[in-house]
Amino acid sequence: MRRPETETELADLVASADAPLQICGGGTRGVVAEPNISLAGLTGIERYEPGALTLVAKAGTPLAEVEAALDAEGQRLPFEPMDHRGLLGTTGTPTIGGVVAANVSGPRRIQAGACRDSLIGVRFVDGRGDVIKNGGRVMKNVTGYDLVKLMAGSFGTLGVLTEVSFKLLPAPEARAVVLVNGLDDSQAISALARAVGSSFEVSGAAHVPVGVDGHPVTMFRVEGFAQSVAYRAGQLAELLKDYGEALIETDPEKTAAGWKWVRDVEAFHGLPGDVWRVSVKPSDGPRVAAAVGAERVVYDWAGGLVWLLVDEGRDIRPDLQGIAGHATLVRAAASTRSQIAMFQPEPEPLARISAGLRTQFDPRGILNPGLMR
Amino acid sequence: MPVPDARVMSKKARLVDRLRGVLPEDAVIHDPAETRAYECDALTAYKCPPLCAVLPSSTEEVAAVLKICHDEDVPVVPRGAGTSLAGGALPTADSVILGVARMNEVLEVDYDNRFIRVQTGRTNLSVSGAVEENDFFYAPDPSSQLACAIAGNIAMNSGGAHCLKYGVTTNNLMGVTMVMMDGSVVEIGGAHLDAGGLDLLGLICGSEGQLGVVTEATLRILRKPEGARPVLMAFDSNEVAGQCVSDIIKAGVLPVAIEFMDRPVIRATEAFVGAGYPDCESLLIVEVEGSDAEINEQLELILEIARQHNPVELRESTSADESARIWLGRKSAFGAMGRINDYMCLDGTIPVSELPYVLRRIGEMSEEFGLLVGNVFHAGDGNMHPLILYDANKPGDLEICEKFGAEILKLCVEVGGCLTGEHGVGIEKRDLMNVQYAEVDLEAQLRVKDVFDPKWLLNPSKVFPLDATKERRS
Repeated sequence: MRRPETETELADLVASADAPLQICGGGTRGVVAEPNISLAGLTGIERYEPGALTLVAKAGTPLAEVEAALDAEGQRLPFEPMDHRGLLGTTGTPTIGGVVAANVSGPRRIQAGACRDSLIGVRFVDGRGDVIKNGGRVMKNVTGYDLVKLMAGSFGTLGVLTEVSFKLLPAPEARAVVLVNGLDDSQAISALARAVGSSFEVSGAAHVPVGVDGHPVTMFRVEGFAQSVAYRAGQLAELLKDYGEALIETDPEKTAAGWKWVRDVEAFHGLPGDVWRVSVKPSDGPRVAAAVGAERVVYDWAGGLVWLLVDEGRDIRPDLQGIAGHATLVRAAASTRSQIAMFQPEPEPLARISAGLRTQFDPRGILNPGLMR
Repeated sequence: MPVPDARVMSKKARLVDRLRGVLPEDAVIHDPAETRAYECDALTAYKCPPLCAVLPSSTEEVAAVLKICHDEDVPVVPRGAGTSLAGGALPTADSVILGVARMNEVLEVDYDNRFIRVQTGRTNLSVSGAVEENDFFYAPDPSSQLACAIAGNIAMNSGGAHCLKYGVTTNNLMGVTMVMMDGSVVEIGGAHLDAGGLDLLGLICGSEGQLGVVTEATLRILRKPEGARPVLMAFDSNEVAGQCVSDIIKAGVLPVAIEFMDRPVIRATEAFVGAGYPDCESLLIVEVEGSDAEINEQLELILEIARQHNPVELRESTSADESARIWLGRKSAFGAMGRINDYMCLDGTIPVSELPYVLRRIGEMSEEFGLLVGNVFHAGDGNMHPLILYDANKPGDLEICEKFGAEILKLCVEVGGCLTGEHGVGIEKRDLMNVQYAEVDLEAQLRVKDVFDPKWLLNPSKVFPLDATKERRS
């Protein structure tokens, strides 16, 4: 495993590579099976300006280090990146570059956008070994093409990230969770739609058919100043009364744990089976679960993000024909991975465009060559 | 602009014939008296009538047009409503203007899934208009929103006063139907939140019509807040106002808008609309949203911060009428400046912490160049809009103004910012791209265009320095 400690060292390494480079950050997200380059040596927060709501960090900086620095100033990454370790049984230290490369976004995605929406600048080494920068450290920037977004979620196939910049949000003073118990999937998705379609600024909307106590639970989160949170939680409970009694939980530790449980798909931890992640229009969530006949399901993003636990080795994509969206195989044995693509194959002519971009950024085809094909 | 290609000019008759074969007669405009209507956009200092203009009514017609132009090797300049301040829709004499104005239908509204799908010739404001009866809205609000088209918003990744909270176009765009230069049609993203594969949607948004022609768009819609209320703050120095902005942001409040005006703009708007602004050095308008109680809670905190900066005046709105008056001057600012003289509107973005320094430097440069500047801009996100006043009828004045503008933009880059926050590069800032990006950075962007438009026919003379694209364009 090579572990460059500077951008120049990395660029030299890529330029002189004569074999495929399997790139990882902290190696916690189960994307690259046998990495031979780690970015974990390129660390450090380079610039953090709380008054401008922006942060710049080297790609290998541990996510926890970034989050601690922000926490000290009462700020946070808006998109609430999940921790894959519990779900995948991986160890190691998640890096900020890994979050970006996989565009990892959690429950708050429905309100604050995905990782790519908060990302405002990148530096990366392309497949030629050239160091390229795009974007910067300001919140609004339309100067030239937006390669920043292109790099987010490109899983190291277009370049190796060396530096990432974000816009941030203030951390809220208070948080409340509104809970409705016992709803079936379609009732729950309808309740979630009503809540996120209200003016009460819901920052989390999830439904778990088999909750901690074995019963269905539907969860709604509001965050902000204390009075405002109390007001909106009350209004939501009122808005949702057709669906059953709504309970309001405001304990900071319980509510934090509850959303971490959703974010990290803890309902699947320790259970056998393959894990799929399906992105669809929220109202199609229950159709996805029904079509697949999954063992367990977790709905996040008001139903638009469906986590499925299914029998090992089974390809669910044929079952989802006719439902617009895409399915990613997040957890599976190596034998399954060799049979079923991790990422949903793209239709022509999109596949042609993606392949064209890869050829331009990585003409020798050496950057994570097996991924996203 | 580059010298028009005589080879293309000479085949106008055949081209018009072929275009008429795929479009209704009134959708192909080729009489020189009529093509002049398309000779410029809102950057009126530059004008050039196109070879012809076409006004297709469907994705199929757009595909047919592009296929013909691709066959004939004719450059195409896509045009939304022509409100670009950067020359994004400026034609060349050897190009076909492809206007999407006739494509303005709402195709689908889905409140449960919170999206609207429209043809991209629809105006920004009428997208919100289509969902207003159900109390929803489309968030990006460029100040030209009454006229500007979604197609242009996507091309330039437009922002607006309220993007501090809601983001810009790229944060609110979920899917597109796009016609490639060769006439093939691609669907990217849709009603689901995350499109699969590489983030082509993010790449297309802000690509200034150089990668494809977006004909349909799926846009995120949001429920309107219960209410909104602005507060006006007057200060006796720009530095203090800039510091106040930074302190508000640091305090954990996220206003929906923080707008800044300096003395020249305040005086101009007072003379124009008489909004009743105090006569002061700089003025902030801060707006927050929510229920009455939520608004009070946030404003209390904001006013507390403002008081620490010894404001000349703090004016909290107590009625809809007062709110409207607070916004009146800001919304009339560009018009007010235009009454004094011609102006050039810049769009650089800087880190918010650099506001005081940059404002002081602009003031000094104003004296050096001998041209008056007014500043009115979105302070919360550092997106500045210096308005440089000049006299178009005075020989040499435009050139001085452009030179001054370039110096301001270089200053923006120097302090860690960028050339353009929401207007786009177009032709206006094309030659300054080298200030922000090294050759290798630009080359990476050019390679992207090579993938989408290998013949370099779509809006080819924009965004990048002409030298850098010369070989690719020929």
